[in-house]
Amino acid sequence: MAEPNLILLLVLLPFAGSVIAATMPTGARNGTAWLSGLIMFAGLLILAAVHRPVAEGEVLRYAISWVPSLGLDLVFRLDGFAWLFVTLVLGIGVLVVLYARYYLAKSDPSPKFFASILAFAGAMVGLLTSGNLIMLVVFWELTSLISFLLIGYWQRSPAARDGARMALVVTAAGGLCLLAAMLLLGQIAGTYDLDGVLAEGSQIRSHPLYGVTLALFLIAAFTKSAQVPFHFWLPNAMAAPTPVSAFLHSATMVKAGVFLLVRFSPALGGTEAWFFTVTGIGMATLLFGAVIALFRHDLKGLLAYSTISHLGLITALAGIGSNGAIVAAIFHIANHAVFKASLFMAAGIIDHETGTRDMRRLSGLIRLMPATGSLAIVAAFAMAGVPLLNGFLSKEMFFAEAVEWHNGTWLDDSLPYIATLASVFSVAYSMRFIMTVFFGPPPVDLPKTPHEPVTWMRRPVELLVLICLVVGIIPGLTLGPTLNMAARSVLGADMPYYSVAVWHGFNTPLIMSLIAMVLGAGLYLVFARAIQNGPEGPPLVHRIQAQRFYERVMLVATWTGPRRLLRLVGPDRLQPQLRLIVLLAIAGTVYMMWGSAGTPPRLGPTELNPGFLVMWIVGASCAIAAAWQAKYHRFAALVLLGGAGLVTCLTFAWFSAPDLAVTQLLVEIVTTVLLLLGLRWLPKRLAEIPGDQLRAARIRRGRDLVIALVFGAAMSAIAFMVMTRPQLATVGDWFLRNAYSEGGGTNVVNVILVDFRAFDTFGEITVLVIVALSVFALLRRFRPATESAGPPEQQVAPEARPLSDYMMVPAVIMQWMFPVMIVLSAYLFLRGHDLPGGGFSAGVTLAIAFLLQYLATHVRLVESQLTVLPARWMGFGLLTAGGTGIGSWVFGYPFLTAHAQYVNLPLIGEVPAATAMIFDLGVFGVVVGATILMLIAIAHQSLRSARTRAHDEAPAREQEEAA
Amino acid sequence: MEIVLSAAIGILAASGAWLLMRPRTFQVIVGLCLLSYAVNLFIFAMGRLTVGAPAIMPKGGFVNPDAYADPIPQALVLTAIVISFATTALFLVVMIASRGFSGTDHVDGQERNL
Repeated sequence: MAEPNLILLLVLLPFAGSVIAATMPTGARNGTAWLSGLIMFAGLLILAAVHRPVAEGEVLRYAISWVPSLGLDLVFRLDGFAWLFVTLVLGIGVLVVLYARYYLAKSDPSPKFFASILAFAGAMVGLLTSGNLIMLVVFWELTSLISFLLIGYWQRSPAARDGARMALVVTAAGGLCLLAAMLLLGQIAGTYDLDGVLAEGSQIRSHPLYGVTLALFLIAAFTKSAQVPFHFWLPNAMAAPTPVSAFLHSATMVKAGVFLLVRFSPALGGTEAWFFTVTGIGMATLLFGAVIALFRHDLKGLLAYSTISHLGLITALAGIGSNGAIVAAIFHIANHAVFKASLFMAAGIIDHETGTRDMRRLSGLIRLMPATGSLAIVAAFAMAGVPLLNGFLSKEMFFAEAVEWHNGTWLDDSLPYIATLASVFSVAYSMRFIMTVFFGPPPVDLPKTPHEPVTWMRRPVELLVLICLVVGIIPGLTLGPTLNMAARSVLGADMPYYSVAVWHGFNTPLIMSLIAMVLGAGLYLVFARAIQNGPEGPPLVHRIQAQRFYERVMLVATWTGPRRLLRLVGPDRLQPQLRLIVLLAIAGTVYMMWGSAGTPPRLGPTELNPGFLVMWIVGASCAIAAAWQAKYHRFAALVLLGGAGLVTCLTFAWFSAPDLAVTQLLVEIVTTVLLLLGLRWLPKRLAEIPGDQLRAARIRRGRDLVIALVFGAAMSAIAFMVMTRPQLATVGDWFLRNAYSEGGGTNVVNVILVDFRAFDTFGEITVLVIVALSVFALLRRFRPATESAGPPEQQVAPEARPLSDYMMVPAVIMQWMFPVMIVLSAYLFLRGHDLPGGGFSAGVTLAIAFLLQYLATHVRLVESQLTVLPARWMGFGLLTAGGTGIGSWVFGYPFLTAHAQYVNLPLIGEVPAATAMIFDLGVFGVVVGATILMLIAIAHQSLRSARTRAHDEAPAREQEEAA
Repeated sequence: MEIVLSAAIGILAASGAWLLMRPRTFQVIVGLCLLSYAVNLFIFAMGRLTVGAPAIMPKGGFVNPDAYADPIPQALVLTAIVISFATTALFLVVMIASRGFSGTDHVDGQERNL
């Protein structure tokens, strides 16, 4: 069974070709064109090879199980309908490639063009052969994306960019709707397999979500197929190179929408909602497109609106949904692709040879380019639905459906009239195309002198027109069987054979055709001059454009809206964002309490210790006072902050957390020093800030106060609630039980940090290093504000003492304390595994020891006596910690597995010797290095600004001396 | 005890949050410090309050977990304290750099238009 593999090849070939084409040199027009042509031709050969089983009604499948639990399988399936469609895509693709080879100028980057065309063909084939709903959506969006590249091929032209963007926005938005629709369908049907879904039609139609699904599905199909009111992207997409238009708007892109409609009509169709929406929109588009097309002056614009109109016709047929209608729809898909591709190519040749597409300037071209002219005229006749051409046949079938099929609703009754009316306009615009471009006086004042194009540029048109004729004259022998094969795969095997013939007798559809032709010709002849001189659109209504609406929406969505939002919550104002965060935190807290407020049983509150109460009266006062004073009295606020911190530290000690108390106390010291160092660089707050007492500022403060109080109350409430509920068993119990036996230490907090959860700690010290380095890097470019650059006031005042006299007694003590503190640090470190202490607190202690030396004397003095290399400390720490982790690999254990045992040393006795201690040594090193690096980097700024001052003053002094 | 501690957490949090929403960088940094006290105490309190029973184990033998303070919140808070110091330092540097760069200590880098 080679067929399934061939199908996979069919999908993959174009993509592979696309990659190859993209890597070819820019000027390789021939190479890329040959490659693309051959790839598509190979696809056609594959199709020919699998024709026999498909024609026998077999559905070829190729399935790769991907995520079966989600219903995601890569399923490619090829039935008759897909076969016909893929043939159309690749067949017209080959011709487009041939045409494009001669259409593109030497300067156009051809690899980009052909790579996109191939990728687009691949996406299209993938879409047509998808056997899985999700996959179908992926390929659907892929066509939208690649069409963006194709339409915007001439990216220097603003029209191309806008057209491409519009096409992408409209069709990709539709694609998102399709995704939603397919997810719904998959949920309703219980499978994402296409065949499975199509078999569940009755279940889908009776499901309560049917309406939503249908609406989303139809938005997707209508945006892709440019149905009213989403049609506007298609005329704008005409800014694309003509081969792209010929490919996208005849056989591929826009046909994807009608393909979807026809494909899913067994699952979603047959209801009244389906009929009214699909047929209604289809008929409206048919008429609308035909009317507008008559009034367009741009050759491609006319063809674009004609395409819209014909797509409306196919959509209407899909809406009707009877056997005959589906056959007619498929037939018209093929016919329209053939004649419209040839017309686009002819229009491209005219544009190429004359330099204009404006029908008001073109005239009498039949004399200058007779061959192209004749071809275009035949194709235009096919478009108008003239007998003996393929367009006539499918149009007759459409008329027959419009007349014959009845469900008695008003829309059904009006179908024949709308159809005939639209057909009148269709004949009229085809007449206009033929008459203005090819007949009349010889053209004057064209940008180029027109002549026939190179032969090979015309060949594709010739072939297509030949197909128009052959299918139009002997339909039963040519397209008939294939058409039936395609329709049977949509409608089921029991569909009766539908014979396609030129002559059905003198019946109503024929009369309608004749009326349309006579009236259409008459309409054109009467109004020809008025149309030629009129505006670009039908009288009166040409000002109403769906495009305007789109542009307004886009303006709001991409310009004014985001800007308004940015103004509201934008990052140039911090306060609203922080306010939002606090409000969210309140909401989160309240939400958490909401569900659990009633949880019994409660723990009895523990007995209140008056000392604790007094302690917190002081602490709370400190906090409130700090909040109050932080604006104008920073130093006072800092002292008060320290007060609150100390009380916090005591609380930790009170409630059995000695490790926390020690660390908090030490960190409190370094934080205070840090903030003190920062104070120097802030502006003086001697005078009141302007506007501080204005009503607006008072209101802001009042509002924030309320928010803050609510926040505090919420925090209090949730803290109280948790504390008064009994604790459930946590993993903490396990840690307590096993700290000694597994971790070899009795201080459980430390064992958790350096053994059980050492990986977290490793991450944390890495963060510490990153922060320290960031601080250092930020300060390298630091430039102080000019008013802070000079020496502080205390140093310049006349009564100022020399710097060395400051803090004389404390300085001596601090210097003497240096060795003591080093011993303390070592002590804290060594006892850490068993008793409160550890790498963190020991590290901060050592950092403070260094810091005190800086405080005690002059920076230069310290650094001349003492070499501290914070970066090496950090490096040593990280490497030690990481190395300990890696070391466990040597013994075949996972990263950071610790080993613990007690070693009996002579004289000292039993000491703990866990590998976790080495890890803790790493922590210690990092903490020392990071803390010192940060503090010293900030402290050094004073030196630096003194240096810049000296630097600035030096030239001035020299000048003075010179004077 | 629980009432006092939860009230304390609330007051620290309220003071911190109020300062957080103020326009001067120094107010924000003090606010963050106060808030970090509140949050650390809050996380710590999640292990419930235990007096006089730090998580220091005997060497071997049976261990009754109920007799000791919960070590997990303590371990979490311990790292939080160190990290909050680091972020305070980072913020301080950004604060003074912003002041040097923009000439104002307003959090937005420019004074509010009156």
